[in-house]
Amino acid sequence: MADPITLTINGRALQVPAGTLVIEAAKKHGIEIPAFCYYEGFTLQAACRMCLVEVEKMGKLQPACTLPAAEGMVVLTESPKVVDARKGMLEFLLTNHPLDCPVCDKGGECELQDMVFRYGAGESRFVEIKHHENEKQWSPAVYYDPARCILCYRCVRVCDEGLGVGALGLTHRGVHAEITPSHGDHLECDECGWCIDVCPVGALTSGTYRYKSRPWEMNYAGTVCTHCSNGCKTTLSVRNGEVIRANNRDRSGINGEFLCVKGRFGFDFVHSEERLQAPLLRKDGKLEPVSWSEALAAVAAKFGEVKARGGKFGVIGSTRTTNEENYFLQKFARQGLGTANIDHHRSGDVVTLLDALKGKTDALATVGDLYTTKAALVIGSDLSQQHPLLAVQLRADYRHHQSSTYVVTPGEVREDQYAAKSVRAKAGEELAAVEALREDLSKHESLVILFSDAIKGEAVGKLVAFGDSLGAAVKYVCLQDYSNSRGAMDMGLLPDLGPGYHAAPAAGMSMDQMLAAKDLDVLWVVGANPLENTALASESAFVVVQDLFLTETAGRADVVLPAASAYEKTGTVTNVCGEVQRLKQGPKVMGVKSDLEIMGLLAKELGLSLGIWTADKVFEEIRKTVHGYNVALPVIATGGAAQTTPVNGGVPVTVRPELIRSAGDTLFTSGTLGRYSKMLQGVMEAPGELYKR
Amino acid sequence: MTFSPELEAKFAKMVQQYPQGRQKGALIPMLLFAQDEVGAVTPDVIAEVARRLSVKPVEVEEVIGYYTMLTKEPRGKHHIQICTNVSCMLTGGEELFAHACKKLGIGNKQKTADGQFSLEETECLGACSWAPAMLVNYDFHFAITPEKLDQLIDSLKKTQ
Repeated sequence: MADPITLTINGRALQVPAGTLVIEAAKKHGIEIPAFCYYEGFTLQAACRMCLVEVEKMGKLQPACTLPAAEGMVVLTESPKVVDARKGMLEFLLTNHPLDCPVCDKGGECELQDMVFRYGAGESRFVEIKHHENEKQWSPAVYYDPARCILCYRCVRVCDEGLGVGALGLTHRGVHAEITPSHGDHLECDECGWCIDVCPVGALTSGTYRYKSRPWEMNYAGTVCTHCSNGCKTTLSVRNGEVIRANNRDRSGINGEFLCVKGRFGFDFVHSEERLQAPLLRKDGKLEPVSWSEALAAVAAKFGEVKARGGKFGVIGSTRTTNEENYFLQKFARQGLGTANIDHHRSGDVVTLLDALKGKTDALATVGDLYTTKAALVIGSDLSQQHPLLAVQLRADYRHHQSSTYVVTPGEVREDQYAAKSVRAKAGEELAAVEALREDLSKHESLVILFSDAIKGEAVGKLVAFGDSLGAAVKYVCLQDYSNSRGAMDMGLLPDLGPGYHAAPAAGMSMDQMLAAKDLDVLWVVGANPLENTALASESAFVVVQDLFLTETAGRADVVLPAASAYEKTGTVTNVCGEVQRLKQGPKVMGVKSDLEIMGLLAKELGLSLGIWTADKVFEEIRKTVHGYNVALPVIATGGAAQTTPVNGGVPVTVRPELIRSAGDTLFTSGTLGRYSKMLQGVMEAPGELYKR
Repeated sequence: MTFSPELEAKFAKMVQQYPQGRQKGALIPMLLFAQDEVGAVTPDVIAEVARRLSVKPVEVEEVIGYYTMLTKEPRGKHHIQICTNVSCMLTGGEELFAHACKKLGIGNKQKTADGQFSLEETECLGACSWAPAMLVNYDFHFAITPEKLDQLIDSLKKTQ
């Protein structure tokens, strides 16, 4: 960047880099210039004329959003002339805008309302009847009220530029101009609802939230989305214990304000009528609701009996429960039950990657790195479908920094739109295809390689060797499926590796082996559904399941303990990039307990001393004992993300690649949870069959 | 979808007239010619033009919505456009339009039941010196009076 220049805004001399827009220069120094159409990070529009400012020696008022700051420029942002112009603009905007603020969803957090309040265009000279169009439903998620629309194009731009979907446009002109959805009268898109978030007025409203509440009547809980592994921060709006909205307008967290359909609308599983709200105990072959004490006693009796006679336990952990719960579970299994048979559904070969990165530091990318890297290579993943935040980051990197993205996938993906090169490779041939990109990749000084379960086992080592040979600073992301898939690995939910990837005292059975073992005495499943497509070989096994719903696995159980979802508890989770973030409790659901509490009560019932079972205490222990988790507490306590620094190679790798298989979830599926979200089931887009273009 | 060989040849030439990467400049002429041949900008036409010019279908919709000369509804065989802009208004354009409505029994942007005529009130046709002016499809008619309009419509009816 060239030398900074000095300009004067409202009598204050400010230094900003050359090329900075006046609106940004002002913002940087705490001077607000109002704007509807200007939106940071997207193309300039200069449509709303709200940001007009007075510039000395320039005859007319200038739009601050498109005016680059120049040396010696003297700007006034609140002079009488400017204020008068803004008042005039607001009067125009209100010619057809209905004054239905008392019932409008946006009331209280509406930018137009704020501006009218500030500049007081309280009287109108227009006496004509307001032009009106009725509101329209575009999809279960998105509603549009044309009369309220002020045509700022924010929605059109985020959809097109931010996501590459381009489902919104603007048709007709003059007072008849309105936003139009991709398919005439309805939307077929990602249903992410970003357009609703950026709408400065109440023109775009959310299917889950509309006409339900006022913004000041809700409690807000900034937590982490429980669906995919990207770890987006989502702020739940809770009213009377019920979540009615999720967004992230304060841009806290690694995702800024981005959320996909799952983060923004897929929270409704929490209040599904199919939620289990009482423990179930199998009596005479039927699962019957019982009290917590009866259920826990039944489990403890069985666990105690099997442990005493040296029977065979199998423990399957979750990819959605917190780090604390995962840590406590493996401690319970290894120390409490004395079994080494513990595993979870693995969806990415983190273990081999960490081993292959031996001797390297700073080789794991963060979500933020995807926005700053010069180049990225995506292998085997339909990123915008499976890892929407990572896709948005790469796209923003391309848009703002002209980065180069390379794609190696079996089929067309949305990244093809802007990819420097797209290579189609059949499953199993990805590494060869990557080799063909060597020349292109070695041109860049930094590179992030994202790989799915297409690269596992030996292939991971080969990929890292390939990365080493490029001579660039290469970082890696091992893509995984669910919100705490990475945490489950880190916490040692593996038959041969304990917390922090240290060798477990004894190697146990993998998940597949447990399910196939005919002599298994107890199967304890915490927040997973391993029996979805597989039958349990051991017919006599006593099955204990902790879950939100009566899944296939819970249906086979002898005791089902209703668990709280991630939105109902505290703790930490680790995202796909190894960034630890903290959950915050939002809603409350009657009758359920967090998995940590359930395990703690079971330990008490069994007379085991596994330590205090509060999330904070367990996390303290994790910080002390699990390699890499000694993260800065203030960062995560304030809602930030702290990347872990896991082991630097030397992992006793015994991973069998066939155990690693991604469930292949798309934007509209989310394992078992997605089945209980009416919103995800309700949108019409066929999973995976989205705009590839 | 494919168009007639003549139109296909025209499109092939048209696309080359724009600099590389700016092919979407051909959007408006392509839509106009396609509309003349097909009768309206149908969903098929939108999808096809979007595909050929590598634009999103919704961008095509934006253009169609903006320009009144593009229509998604098929028009009558004789599309009558009467100017009511300043010069024509001063010389009786509005009365002429009202007369046409009465004569054809339809209103603005409507079509007769037999599909022969459609009517539209239009902005300046650039024929102010010969106001009031009107268009039948692509043919200009100048200095129109209600009588001349009647004759014109009757003669069009006869030619059917």
